[in-house]
Amino acid sequence: MLNILKNSLKKGLLTRPVEVKGVAIPGDLEAIGRELKAIIYQRFKRSLHLREVDTGSCSACESEIIAASNPIYDIQRFGIDFVASPRHADALLVTGPVSKNMFIALKKTYEAMPGPKFVITVGECAFDGGVFKGSYYVQGAVKDILPVVLHIPGCPPTPFAIIHSILVFLKKFK
Amino acid sequence: MDYQRIIEDLRKDVAAHPISVNLVYPDEVYVGIHQADFNKMCLWLYKRLRSPVMMFFAVDERKTAQVFVLYCAFMSVEFQKWFFVHVQLLQESPFFNSISKEVHSAHLFEREIKEMFGIEPLGNSDTRRLNLHDEVWPEGFYPLRKDFNNLLQPAAEKKEYNFKRVEGEGVFEIPVGPVHAGIIGPGHFRFSVAGEPIINLEIRLGWTHRGVEKIFEGRDIFKAVGLSERVCGDAAFAHSLAFCQAAEKLGNIRVPEEHLCLRGIFLELERMYNHAADIGGIAIDAGFSYPGMYASVIKEKILQLNAGLTGSRYLKGVNAIGGVTKELDSGSRDKLLITFESVREDFVNLKEMLYSSVSFMDRVDDTGVLRKKTAEDLGVVGLAARASGISLDLRKIFPGIYGKVNFKLVKQEKGDVLARLTVRIEEFMESIELIKQFVSKLQSSKAQALSKMQVKEGFALGYVEGWRGPVLYWLKIDKSGLIERCKIVDASFHNWRGLSYAVLGNIIPDFPLCNKSFDLSYAGNDL
Repeated sequence: MLNILKNSLKKGLLTRPVEVKGVAIPGDLEAIGRELKAIIYQRFKRSLHLREVDTGSCSACESEIIAASNPIYDIQRFGIDFVASPRHADALLVTGPVSKNMFIALKKTYEAMPGPKFVITVGECAFDGGVFKGSYYVQGAVKDILPVVLHIPGCPPTPFAIIHSILVFLKKFK
Repeated sequence: MDYQRIIEDLRKDVAAHPISVNLVYPDEVYVGIHQADFNKMCLWLYKRLRSPVMMFFAVDERKTAQVFVLYCAFMSVEFQKWFFVHVQLLQESPFFNSISKEVHSAHLFEREIKEMFGIEPLGNSDTRRLNLHDEVWPEGFYPLRKDFNNLLQPAAEKKEYNFKRVEGEGVFEIPVGPVHAGIIGPGHFRFSVAGEPIINLEIRLGWTHRGVEKIFEGRDIFKAVGLSERVCGDAAFAHSLAFCQAAEKLGNIRVPEEHLCLRGIFLELERMYNHAADIGGIAIDAGFSYPGMYASVIKEKILQLNAGLTGSRYLKGVNAIGGVTKELDSGSRDKLLITFESVREDFVNLKEMLYSSVSFMDRVDDTGVLRKKTAEDLGVVGLAARASGISLDLRKIFPGIYGKVNFKLVKQEKGDVLARLTVRIEEFMESIELIKQFVSKLQSSKAQALSKMQVKEGFALGYVEGWRGPVLYWLKIDKSGLIERCKIVDASFHNWRGLSYAVLGNIIPDFPLCNKSFDLSYAGNDL
């Protein structure tokens, strides 16, 4: 226990501005986060809950979505949380090229969500199948199956890109 | 060491005479055999080499030779060679006699051959399909046959998968998945439970099947490296490295030592960020969140270091046939070593935190034991095997560039969650030392341009000890340099069955802990 306290105090606050190559950053993570938090507070009555479904991704996208919750980015403090059940979700986050096997599971997950709801795709595969496009076992782009309102590009998109894209999207409807 | 000895023994002991014995590459021996002798041959090699079936797959050669060819691969630690037994099957009603009764590690491969090629493993009573689920895929359509046409396919008859049933008073089933509570790949777990302990666990996978092996076919080999990086995202470098190694063998391309060292560095970086993530995951699954977060910071540090060194957090676009595309100048090397100082400090703290927590140690100690015998029979490989007392590490058996540095194999005996945790912790520390040694071997910072390369018709195996275990790519190229067959085996394919045995007798709340301690890939298994 003492060990943990010692490390915790020594480590201090970790959430800090991150340098991201190749992405034009309007302001830093903090500024984006503050803006995001304000919009989410107002539009979603405090918080935005996401449910993630992997429809055949290589798991790099999952890794980056998980990383968005680490203490460096800490997406939770901006009012975004990942929930365990589609019943608790406002939006669905879909990765992967939609394999035939996951097609029904994806639709069922969407149907289990209470409305109003929307769908976000993450990564090249979810956009149009990516490198797996045209395979005998790929059902087709998520946007042909569910009403997708936002696509976050990247292979995989960085945690910063995920946070930033959600902000840009929400701002459009302010 | 003369591998001829084994061939002589083989001719003496086995009543079968091989049609041909070819040393195609210094580390690959191909033994051709008549169909009637196939089982005898495989069993003999299995016993003699003490190797599980590492690969077992078919190739459709009906166009050129009117046959299907089966390849069954074993690994010889003693001779540092791969032994491929190959047999030709007539195309009319292709079948072979199953070996999975004697060699359990062949079981899943046989089911895969059946579903992908329609080749019957006679005597294997379980031929349920793995990846092509009965609910969505009709019978009689074999996608890896060359004459498979996606457009001719009728709708599936809705059939249900036949799970193993445990019956008796008070026994009930808990179905979980394919969509899980966490941010993780899809898989279906069917627990049979009486009270608290798990009596049986059946894992149904294949949800992320994308037809990867078929997509490789017909591609230009030089343009397929990017695809191999997207087979299993958290082992992108290991996969692309195995692919490139196979291609380099085909083209007889010598990779400069500088680049071999760089590959060593990147391979170990991949191992480090994944081990850190898993150690954190194990802590979180035991309800110990602070070390979990602490570990995620270590992972993020390494990912950012990767991005700084190569421009990609997951080391994509780094491997190329013939070498690597990114070199480390002296500034990058300094950055690497400086970052390592803080990573090491963090990691030592993390280790202290976990090992000094009595309640955490109580959860992981003696939980999810995979016994050595079980692991050997199932053909469990890599990290999970090393935690169960099996000294199996491709970096030791086929050292390559690892032979020029001081590398210590990490092993534990007990096979429980703690053993797998300890293997990770020690391998992480070992990786730091390895990278430091590789960095010190780097010469100039001058970029060595990759010369123009050509591959010739043939086949070859590429293999890498990824962070989970061996990643194997077997490539066959046609005359025009296009890929004719690409067989991929990720360590996960061997190890998922290990998990279903490790959880037996454990309580359901410990399942996440056991699962995380293996941390197997869905994408790498389903392909």
